[in-house]
Amino acid sequence: MGSSEVILSVKGLTASINGTPILKGVDLEVKAGEIHAIMGRNGSGKSTLSKVLAGHPAYEVTGGEVLFHGEDLLELEPEERARKGVFLAFQYPLEIPGVSNLDFLRASYNARRKEQGLEEVDAFDFDDVVEEKLDVVKMDAAFLNRSVNEGFSGGEKKRNEILQMALLEPSLGILDETDSGLDIDALRTVSEGVNQVANENNAMVLITHYQRLLDYIKPGFVHVMYDGRIIKTGGKELALELEEKGYDWIDEKLAAGVA
Amino acid sequence: METVNLTSNSLSPEMQSNSDRVEKQSPAEKRAACLQQLLEISKTDGVAALSELQAHAAALASELAIPSTRDEDWRFTDLSKIVAAQFVAADGKASVSTDAIAGFVLPEARSSRIVFVDGVYNPELSDLSAADNVTVGNSDALATVSKHVAQLPGSEEVFTTLNTATFADVAVVHVAKKAIAETPLHLLFVSTGSNRISQPRCMVVAEASSQVSLIEDYVSLGSAQGGDGSGFSNAVTEIVVEANAQVEHSLIQREAMGSFHIGKTSVIQAQDSRYTNIAVQIGAALSRHNVETHHQGTQVETNLYGLALVAGEQLADTHSNIQYNHPHCQSDQLYKAIATDKGRSVFSGRVGVPKLAQQTSAAQLNRNLLLSNKARVDTKPQLEIIADDVKCSHGATVSQLEDDQVFYLQSRGIDRDSAQHLLIEAFAAEILLKLPVASLRETLTATVTQRTESAI
Repeated sequence: MGSSEVILSVKGLTASINGTPILKGVDLEVKAGEIHAIMGRNGSGKSTLSKVLAGHPAYEVTGGEVLFHGEDLLELEPEERARKGVFLAFQYPLEIPGVSNLDFLRASYNARRKEQGLEEVDAFDFDDVVEEKLDVVKMDAAFLNRSVNEGFSGGEKKRNEILQMALLEPSLGILDETDSGLDIDALRTVSEGVNQVANENNAMVLITHYQRLLDYIKPGFVHVMYDGRIIKTGGKELALELEEKGYDWIDEKLAAGVA
Repeated sequence: METVNLTSNSLSPEMQSNSDRVEKQSPAEKRAACLQQLLEISKTDGVAALSELQAHAAALASELAIPSTRDEDWRFTDLSKIVAAQFVAADGKASVSTDAIAGFVLPEARSSRIVFVDGVYNPELSDLSAADNVTVGNSDALATVSKHVAQLPGSEEVFTTLNTATFADVAVVHVAKKAIAETPLHLLFVSTGSNRISQPRCMVVAEASSQVSLIEDYVSLGSAQGGDGSGFSNAVTEIVVEANAQVEHSLIQREAMGSFHIGKTSVIQAQDSRYTNIAVQIGAALSRHNVETHHQGTQVETNLYGLALVAGEQLADTHSNIQYNHPHCQSDQLYKAIATDKGRSVFSGRVGVPKLAQQTSAAQLNRNLLLSNKARVDTKPQLEIIADDVKCSHGATVSQLEDDQVFYLQSRGIDRDSAQHLLIEAFAAEILLKLPVASLRETLTATVTQRTESAI
């Protein structure tokens, strides 16, 4: 695996919102075929990292660099990042009343294909494409004719996110607390969906509070984020340790100047 | 006093010739004089069968004046531009070719179309060969429905009175008992511009258990067809929905951006009837739509929907009014407005539920999308509920395009401009998708996209 392509390289990334620093020097390298988990308390900067990578305009990058397949990601508009293969599964997927889920998925799918130099797909052919992907998240076709996420339950919204990821086949999938609030059936479905999308050519970054997700999606790397930095990296045993001991021991280690 | 405004360089040439007279008038006198002038200009031979009614209205109108913003019903809509403007009679002589209206013909109602030019029937432009199970015509077809003209509550309102006093013709739609008019009827009212004032009038009667879909459509000739974008349409439509009848009524006001439009829809509904109004106001510099329904029986259903789009310095005003009088009736109202540039939108929704109207269900929602910090929205729900066993709701929202929604779409590869267009179209779609014909839905969606371009 050592020779795998580096998909994402984050170095010394700092970012703030409304002048308040949130990311204080994040370093992270993600290679093809890898699954990473980023854990940490609320407010540690996990979600901010995901939004900064996707290009949310509310965050200001104040320093550091982010390379995506060797290209400066921070220079790109959010839509350009998406077309090149960055996918963020939102913690709170937005409802877009009046826009049909099917039309939305097709516009998104075609934007990605165009970037890849592939032919755009018409409404008729897209039905077949989407039909196949519905199985990935065991979603009912009836959801396609509803407005994007409107009136969807929490679990349905998360499934819809994974459906989008399955369609777009990103090279980097960032899942921001995709597991939060899901019952066990929905968690299994969503996890299986992610496992079907993950392959040796792409990479997944899971942002989560809970070790439970990692029973279903096995990360090779677990990072602990604390006060805007990744302060510890280990294998999946680190997740179990966090689950067992909570985060207090990190406070203690930090207080002792060890971590 | 007001005279300070009347310096010679602020006067139009027409007004200068009258400047001595104008300077002596108070604003109230000017508003009264304006109405008398409109009455005078609009005077026609009228409709013979209704001459008594029209003479009565003319007598009433001679006592009235253009309302001011001190009048609660006109608080947010200043008519001084109408008072200041100079209109001329629509003499009915403007010639309009089939080509000139080709762009307004709806493929779904190509042969169920009746055309009025400046308020007067034009048989050459009309094609009613596919209008089945319905009588459609002009004042010659009034016959049995003439007794309904100007009989509804509110007919004494100033602009309605002006119309009643002066209309030259009437568009008539009469659906007989149990008749089902399958094809939508297109009532196309063409304004020719050149500061002409017209008084379009419609009388619709849907007899018991009948069904009809009407598309009342106000347009102006484009510049290529000799239109100059000015003018004033003062329209009145009265609709009688008899027991168990169903009327679906689309109202499109897409007149030229330099014109004025004041329109009234007055509806009376008998028991078990259903009336749906889908109003789209996108034209005219200043427009007002009054829609009133009066319930005359139990289990009446009223649905009022509307979309207003104001760009540039347009003002669009919608006043809805549902008067309940019987138990077990229901209404649903959704009015949306998109305001960009310096556009202004006004909504006032009155719902009256007296003591005897128990078991009423009335929902009203007004949603506004502001796309510019210079745009303005005034919204005023007015619920007057006396009955105590009712389900009534109302709400008003004013929002901007949500950054997080735009970002969500961007994060899926859709560029920022397209994302904003998509959200605006989606906002409008909730109303436009209720329109019964696809061609109108498409045309109006494209108009929304084009007119909101400056906000993106």
